[in-house]
Amino acid sequence: MTTLLETRGLKKHFGGAHVINGIDFRIDAGEIRCVIGPNGAGKSTFFKLITGEHRPSEGSVMFLGQDMSHVLPHERIRMGMSIKFQIPGVFPDLNVRQHLTLSLHRAKDDRPESLDELLQRFMLENEEHVLARNLSHGKKQWLEIAMAVSLRPKLLFLDEPVAGMSVEETHATGELIKRLSAAGLTMMVVEHDMTFVKQIASRVTVLHGGSLLADGPLEDILARDDVAEVYLGKKK
Amino acid sequence: MKQTKMPSMSACPRALQTVPWLIALCLPLVVDANTSGNLAYCLLWAFSAVGLAAMWGYGGILSFGQTAFFGLSGYSYGIFTLNYNDTWFESWLGLGAGLAVSVAVATLIGYMIFYGRIKGVFIGIVTLSVTLVLETFMSQTAGPQWAIGEARLNGYNGMGGMSPLTIPWPGGPLTLENASFYYLVLILLIAVYAVMRKLLDGPFGLTLIAIRENPQRAEMLGVDIRRHQLLVFVLGCTLGGVSGALYTIWGAYITPSTMGLTAAAMPVIWVATSGRKSIGGTILGTALLVWLSQNLAVYGSQYALILLGAILLIVVLAAPEGLLPFVTRQLKRLSSRTSDGTRHGGACLKREEGKS
Repeated sequence: MTTLLETRGLKKHFGGAHVINGIDFRIDAGEIRCVIGPNGAGKSTFFKLITGEHRPSEGSVMFLGQDMSHVLPHERIRMGMSIKFQIPGVFPDLNVRQHLTLSLHRAKDDRPESLDELLQRFMLENEEHVLARNLSHGKKQWLEIAMAVSLRPKLLFLDEPVAGMSVEETHATGELIKRLSAAGLTMMVVEHDMTFVKQIASRVTVLHGGSLLADGPLEDILARDDVAEVYLGKKK
Repeated sequence: MKQTKMPSMSACPRALQTVPWLIALCLPLVVDANTSGNLAYCLLWAFSAVGLAAMWGYGGILSFGQTAFFGLSGYSYGIFTLNYNDTWFESWLGLGAGLAVSVAVATLIGYMIFYGRIKGVFIGIVTLSVTLVLETFMSQTAGPQWAIGEARLNGYNGMGGMSPLTIPWPGGPLTLENASFYYLVLILLIAVYAVMRKLLDGPFGLTLIAIRENPQRAEMLGVDIRRHQLLVFVLGCTLGGVSGALYTIWGAYITPSTMGLTAAAMPVIWVATSGRKSIGGTILGTALLVWLSQNLAVYGSQYALILLGAILLIVVLAAPEGLLPFVTRQLKRLSSRTSDGTRHGGACLKREEGKS
């Protein structure tokens, strides 16, 4: 199977604080990889190291076999990464249509049917001309996922895609992600909500204290005592 | 759910947008030659304002440097045409030289600003410093040693005597002055308006707004933020240069005071008052404000400055998006109320018909 992303001995420290302590990690094509862990596990820092927002103190991030150490964030996007942030990063003064026009333009796809298809797929048809600042939180999340998907990435990163969503919206988002996966998109999802993780994950990586605690199929990970102890706060 | 469009002149009906242009085209037919020349003066500042509107209104880059490029381009035109004025096209080459200097200096300064990761208010400080440094430098060039070829810089006395623009004409070259110069400025302005609208209403404009609103998110769409900021900065500064060259051609004269503190504040006042997110509004507002200042300057230039300051204060407090977008919005609100009233009236009539 083709390896899309790999980290080797990835470390990050801020002054004396060691936040990421040598993580070896790999994502293969076709996976939905969920990265979980308790607060302070280093999930966000790990995410930022991969997307290029932070530079590693040691180790490397490889994407499609290429070292990303000196590749700028916007260049990583052009290489086939795409990112949806934890806090919806929309543009308040642009409407939904303008958001998607912009992202499709970046993907060099200016066909109007692509835009209509995206609006429909992400349940935004009725908000086409609504300014992003007036969207509900859930719709902002969907808009951001739609923008990330419209770039036609090889690997899509979703940082807490269902944070602040209702139960119905969370379930709908899960189904959406499964449809994207069925269409061949590889995803890495950082998430807290275990119900959502169970709905979508093919493999799960557990971080704890800046290190990789466990990595494997969902059922195996959930069956492990050490994971239950550090993540769920209980002994089996 | 509230549905709102982007605040811009695109909200205006297209037919309404052409009215000011038609009036502008007809003006020289109803005024004397001298007034046409004065109207050209009012219009030529609009290039600089449009440049700032693109930078500030779309890209979020507040620059006080428009006057620096105004001066650079004006002086470059003067230096070129004082040295080369044998044939008609050399004055046009002078115009090209002025713009080329603006592009080169804007690229250099813009590169240092954006690739040096200078952001927000510090861009204003850097650009204002450039303007004031240029003014200070030019003001001490009164001595005869400050000359480039035949062109004496002349310090605060100003550089003068440049040749105007001419075009070949049956019976000898035709000098562009008064009405003909007015039409040149107007045609250039229409061209700049059309190009800027096309550019800013398209993906480039959307990208600039995205950078202004959320640079981190824009970068995660694969946008090279610094490159786009540099592009709009160079474009805006070059338009400042167009104003400077045309000003020098218009008056055959330029002084360091065109790069002074007061001059540097003017484009910001015009654009803030007119509406920085509206290119058409900026052109109209700037031309009107310059015309108002000119008329008040007859009674003393301080009155014009006081009035401009007062207008800016009122606009910032009452209509922060700018006067013209504010007026457009009010008119639309009024017309929607009227149409609601008509619909309501129609419904009443139907009810009445139903009763009878």
